[in-house]
Amino acid sequence: MTVSEDMLQDEFETPAARRMRLVEKYGVFAVVILMIVVLSILEPDIFPTTQNLTNVLRQVAMNALLALGLYIVIMTAGIDLSVGSIMALATMLLAMADTGGLPWPLALFIGPLVGIACGAVNGLGLTVLRLPHPFIMTLGTLYSIRGITNLVSGGRPVSGVSPEVRFLGSGEIPLPFLGEFASFPVSALVVLVCYGGVAYFINKVSLGRHIVAVGGNPQAARVSGINVDRVLLIVYCLSGFFAGLAALLMAGRTGAGFPNAGIGAELDAIAAVIIGGASFFGGRGTVLGVFAGVLVMGLLRNGLNLMDVSAFWQQTMIGMIVVGAVYVDVLRRRAGAAS
Amino acid sequence: MTAADTPLLEMRGITKRFGAITALDHVDLRLYPGEVLGVVGDNGAGKSTLMKVLSGLYAANVGEISFDGNPVRLDSPRDAQDIGIEMVYQDLALAGNLPVYENIYLGREPGRQRFGFKIVDRKLSRRMAKGHLDRLHINVKSVDQKVEELSGGQAQAVAIARATAFDARLVIMDEPTAALAIKEVGKVLDLIKRLRDQGTSVILISHRMDDVFFVCDRVMALFHGRNFEESEIVNTSRNEVIGWIMGTKGHTETLAHDRL
Repeated sequence: MTVSEDMLQDEFETPAARRMRLVEKYGVFAVVILMIVVLSILEPDIFPTTQNLTNVLRQVAMNALLALGLYIVIMTAGIDLSVGSIMALATMLLAMADTGGLPWPLALFIGPLVGIACGAVNGLGLTVLRLPHPFIMTLGTLYSIRGITNLVSGGRPVSGVSPEVRFLGSGEIPLPFLGEFASFPVSALVVLVCYGGVAYFINKVSLGRHIVAVGGNPQAARVSGINVDRVLLIVYCLSGFFAGLAALLMAGRTGAGFPNAGIGAELDAIAAVIIGGASFFGGRGTVLGVFAGVLVMGLLRNGLNLMDVSAFWQQTMIGMIVVGAVYVDVLRRRAGAAS
Repeated sequence: MTAADTPLLEMRGITKRFGAITALDHVDLRLYPGEVLGVVGDNGAGKSTLMKVLSGLYAANVGEISFDGNPVRLDSPRDAQDIGIEMVYQDLALAGNLPVYENIYLGREPGRQRFGFKIVDRKLSRRMAKGHLDRLHINVKSVDQKVEELSGGQAQAVAIARATAFDARLVIMDEPTAALAIKEVGKVLDLIKRLRDQGTSVILISHRMDDVFFVCDRVMALFHGRNFEESEIVNTSRNEVIGWIMGTKGHTETLAHDRL
C-alpha cells in the first residue's frame, strides 16, 4: 500500500504568496537599513558617528528587554500589559534595598526576582483562576503593581543607587580604536546576550519549541503530552524576568527608582514586537525580527530628534508604522488563503 | 486461557458526567491484541467522550481501566502515551505553524539533556521522521513543510504518523475518514490494516459502514451513553449495525433507512 503522490502532492506557492512571505520575513530589516541610509544622508555629520549609534543602543536597551519578554508571550497568542508596572516596582524595590544597605551582589538579584514573582502572579491568574484572556489578568496587575509601587515608596523617588548596581545600566566598555571617547554600553551587551539566549531557547530547546507549539495550536500541544499550563506559567515568568532585568538597567541609567517609571512602556514593547513581524495570533515571529522592530522605533526617535522634529510626530509615525506592519501580515494571510 | 484471549485493554463501568449531563453511563469495552474494533453510535452517543477518557484527556467519574492485565490511571495524554495508547483526533490536533517532523515528535523530541533542559536534535528528528514516514509508505515532499500548507489527506497522514511514531500498542482513530476526499479514504483504511498486521490494536470510530465493515474485526454500538450491542463483524450486517446506531434491535427490515 502506498499513501501516494496525489495524497501528498506539493501545493505550489503562488508568486503573490511567496512575495508576501519574503516581505514578512525580511521586510523589517529592509526598513532598518533604509532608515540608516536615509538618516546618514540627511544628517551626515551627526547620525553615522559612533557616539550617536551607541546612543541609539543605550536608548533602546530597556524597550528591547521588555519587547523580548513580550515576544515570548505573544508567541503563545498572549499579552502582558503589566511589564511597565513590573519594571517600576522592581526598580523601586531595588533602589530601596540598595540604598537601605543590602550588599550589592544581592541587590542585583532583586530586579529579576521581583519580575519573576510578578510574572508568576500573571501566569497563575491565567492558569489557576482560568481568567478568559491574559489581557484581563495583566490589565489587573498593570494597575495593582503600579499601586503597590506607589504604596511602598509613598509615591516618592528613591535616589542614590550604588555604582556597582548601576554598572549594568550605565557602564561603558571603552573602544579606543574608534576614537578617544568611543565606548560600547554594557546595557547593549546585556541586551545582545539576552536576545542570543532567547533565540537559542526558542529554536533549540524543547521547552522553547513547546512555547511555539502552544501558540500554533494549544490543543495539539495538550494532546501531545505537553503541560500547557506549565508552559504558560513559565512564559509569563520570563516576561516578568525581562521586565525585572530592564528595571536593573533603568536603575543603572538613572541612579534612582521612580514610581512613575515605565508608564506606557508595555505599549512601546508591544509595538516593537508587532513591527518586528510577530503575529498577534501566536506561533509566528522571530527574535531577530523583534530586535529589528526595536531598532526601527529607536532609529525613528533618534532621527526625528536629530532633525528637531517634535515628539508628537514621533508618536504619530510610530502609530502609522504599527498599522502598516500589521497590514503586511493581513496581506500575507490573504495571499496565503488565495493560494 | 491463551495469551490471545487476554484482553489488551479492558474498560469497566466507565461513567463520565459533564455537570448534569451523563455522557457515559457504566460503559464497558474490551479489546484484544491485534484487533480492530469499530465503535459506532449516533452523534452524542458518547463515542468521542469514551475515547478521550482512554487517551487521558478526560478523567472518568467512575470506572476502571486495565491495560495488559494491569490497572492503570490515565490522568493526562502523557500517561496514556507512556503505556502505548495513542489517539488520532478528529480535528487532527496538529500545530499548523510547525513543520511535519516537529509535529510527529511534538512533546517527545529526540535530544540530549543539558542543565535540566532538553536540547532538540533537529537533524536526528528530521531523519527519524523521514524513516518513519517511509515505513508507513507516506510520501511527503519535505518533512520541513509546515502542516498548515498540507491538504486534508496529507495532514491526516501526519497525524497517523505521529500516533504510531513510538511503537504504539493501541491507536485510537476518531473519524479518520470523515473529512477526506473519497480517493484518500482507501489509503487511510489500508494504513489501519497495515497497523493491525504489525500487531497494533486499533479502535476506529466511524459513521461510515463501509469503513467499519472493511477494516474492523468486531463492532460495538453505544446508544445514549450506554453499551447497546456488540458483535464479531462476520456475524452481523450493515443494516443491523445501522439499527443499533438508531437504538433498535432485530427489526431492521422495517426501518425507513433500508427502503431508501
